[in-house]
Amino acid sequence: MTLDKGLQNGLAFFYLLVALLNFGFAAYSMVGAKRRIAGFLWAGVGVLFLLHTVGYFSHQGWMLSAALREFIDGLTGPVTYTMVSIVAFALLLYFRKFFVQPDVAWTILQLSLLAGGWAMTDPNFREIVAKEDNVPISMLIYSVAFFTWLALYRAVQNDERLARGEPVLEKVDDEKVLVWPDLVYTELICMILATFVLIIWAVLLKAPLEQPATSAKAPNPSKAPWYFLGLQEMLVYYDPWMAGVVLPTMIIIGLIAIPYIDFNRGGNGYYSFVERKFAVSIFLFGFVVLWVTLIVLGTFLRGPNWNFFAFFEYWDPHKVLPLNNVNLSQLVWLNVFHIPLDDFKVRFGDFLGPILRELPGIIVVGLYMLALPPLLARTFMKSYFLRMGFVRFITLVTLIQFMAALPIKMVLRWVINLKYIVAIPEIFFNI
Amino acid sequence: MSVGDFIRNSQVWKSVFRHPAPRDRRNRVVVMLTNVFLHLHPVSVRKSGIALSYTWCMGGLTFFMFLELTVTGVLLMFYYRPTLEHAYNDILILRDVATLGILRELHRWGAHAMVITIWLHMYRVFLTGSYKPPREFNWGVGVILLVLTLLLSFTGYLLPWDQLAIWAITVGSNMARATPFLGYEGPGATFLKVGDVSLIHSGSDARFILLGGRFVSGETLLRFYVLHCVAIPLAVAVLIAVHFWRVRKDGGISGPL
Ligand code: HEM
Repeated sequence: MTLDKGLQNGLAFFYLLVALLNFGFAAYSMVGAKRRIAGFLWAGVGVLFLLHTVGYFSHQGWMLSAALREFIDGLTGPVTYTMVSIVAFALLLYFRKFFVQPDVAWTILQLSLLAGGWAMTDPNFREIVAKEDNVPISMLIYSVAFFTWLALYRAVQNDERLARGEPVLEKVDDEKVLVWPDLVYTELICMILATFVLIIWAVLLKAPLEQPATSAKAPNPSKAPWYFLGLQEMLVYYDPWMAGVVLPTMIIIGLIAIPYIDFNRGGNGYYSFVERKFAVSIFLFGFVVLWVTLIVLGTFLRGPNWNFFAFFEYWDPHKVLPLNNVNLSQLVWLNVFHIPLDDFKVRFGDFLGPILRELPGIIVVGLYMLALPPLLARTFMKSYFLRMGFVRFITLVTLIQFMAALPIKMVLRWVINLKYIVAIPEIFFNI
Repeated sequence: MSVGDFIRNSQVWKSVFRHPAPRDRRNRVVVMLTNVFLHLHPVSVRKSGIALSYTWCMGGLTFFMFLELTVTGVLLMFYYRPTLEHAYNDILILRDVATLGILRELHRWGAHAMVITIWLHMYRVFLTGSYKPPREFNWGVGVILLVLTLLLSFTGYLLPWDQLAIWAITVGSNMARATPFLGYEGPGATFLKVGDVSLIHSGSDARFILLGGRFVSGETLLRFYVLHCVAIPLAVAVLIAVHFWRVRKDGGISGPL
């Protein structure tokens, strides 16, 4: 297999831009920040990217080796993907002082660009990443990464200042300035830049238009618009009434409730992590790990029949994965007590039967929803309970319970192949 | 007298701008007060509050995207008819009939961009703790704006009436039939009946109301078109007005006390 010339030229251009970025950063390091060695290093990285440019312009056709692709594919699955993102997230927060250093952040960015460039030489990867409607997701990834870095960078600086008893950065720039010219010109420049970017984007990339709609033939996979793919991914673990209705509703209610349950008055109007550890960690986890990475998973790694396909895998519509998920009732009654599940309806009727059958699950869910809040109020979260009062505390814990419901179900699925905790399909009540 | 001065001294110019050019302090204040668009802003602001590294300009960019989408959207409406007969073909020939041929692209990519900028805006408001008192209410207004923005995108997704469109909407709206009590496949819906007649069935549930039918059809197209072009944008415009008003009334862009 060879790479076509157009693609190689595109890659050459891409690497040229990245090289220029590195030369810019090198110049900044040397002249602006007076760090000669770092500057030389980044200039060297720039040269490395320039070599790529030369290689692709002269149509060398460099490709990622098949063995490496297979190796990476072998490592990736829904479990590793989610675990890696959670662990990376925890590391990022814990070692934030390390990660926010410009050189470290820049290194990560360059590695991701290099990996992205090489990955584009794989046809399967290219087909999905370069799909018109998927382009925003690459933008989303990079912009969320950048702004997370920026916010943490400022937070770390402010936290250090606070620890030394100095005022935060935002306080230093406290004087009032006139809106004309200071703000109106910033706005004007932002608008011009945004217009410019949009026009370039519109010229380079044609809006997709597929075959005329027909209800006769459903595409496989059928996907919701990309910003809802996190919700669609939740369908793997929960039925539509939870994934599509209850959980999104809880997200909206939860967001609106935030200002009323966060009783911490610190960190209002400036970036800080130390002053708001709990709030910032939970929100980052919800937004970055549960929302954004699930969108990425749903878009790039879910193929026909919503099966998982690793980065370089061909989206084979005939891929079959064994479905051996079991319900909790089955695990308890059948596997432990050897009572067939059908017996319940026969003996106790259509109403009581299913309830008794699902009793184990109902108890588990009941304990989770009802017993956990008072337990937390007396143990780990005692100080919160005392400071927040009853209503705030219950709201907070309930919201966290709903948020945690997703990772909990994920782990149960992976570890014991659990399908439903409570399964009463008779009335569509499956959890 | 230079040409510039001549223009600035003419009666026409003076009738539009009621004061000299904003070159000195006094006129820089006056310009903000006499112009209806500029007076969305206060006259002076805290320097740290308007720093790009603080707001990321994301609220402003979201608003700009909304304006851009309004303009390109109105232009698109000239060429598009929301009927099964025309919708697809109107989109198909749009590229040839509209000048420059990037109208649809500007609208579609602008919509994607708005979803990203509004998320980032919310992200920055959270990370600066700007939802804390006295700005709790405005955060809530923001969340509603977020939901409406996603609905705008969602309803617009159907309009090209191609395979991508109807199946994405089918997948998305299938959730509605699982709404507890109100969807015919939702938990509890079977309990809602009068005698033997169930109230919630596929012809009366939440999904039916959303789609105007049992599946995505011509009625859905009309419904989504009206929501997309009239109802939701109006609601968003009103809420943006409230949002901006409250940004000012709550003490301007947040900052340390
Ligand atoms: C159509 C959507 C929206 C538009 C056009 C918009 C626009 C703006 C603008 C221009 C500002 C001034 C400061 C800045 O640019 O950051 C602002 C501030 C604010 N926005 Fe939004 N916004 C929108 C959605 C949201 C959302 C989704 C939220 C949160 C859930 C939100 C919460 C806030 C809050 C609390 C402030 C005050 C922050 C401060 O004073 O620092 N807004 N908004």
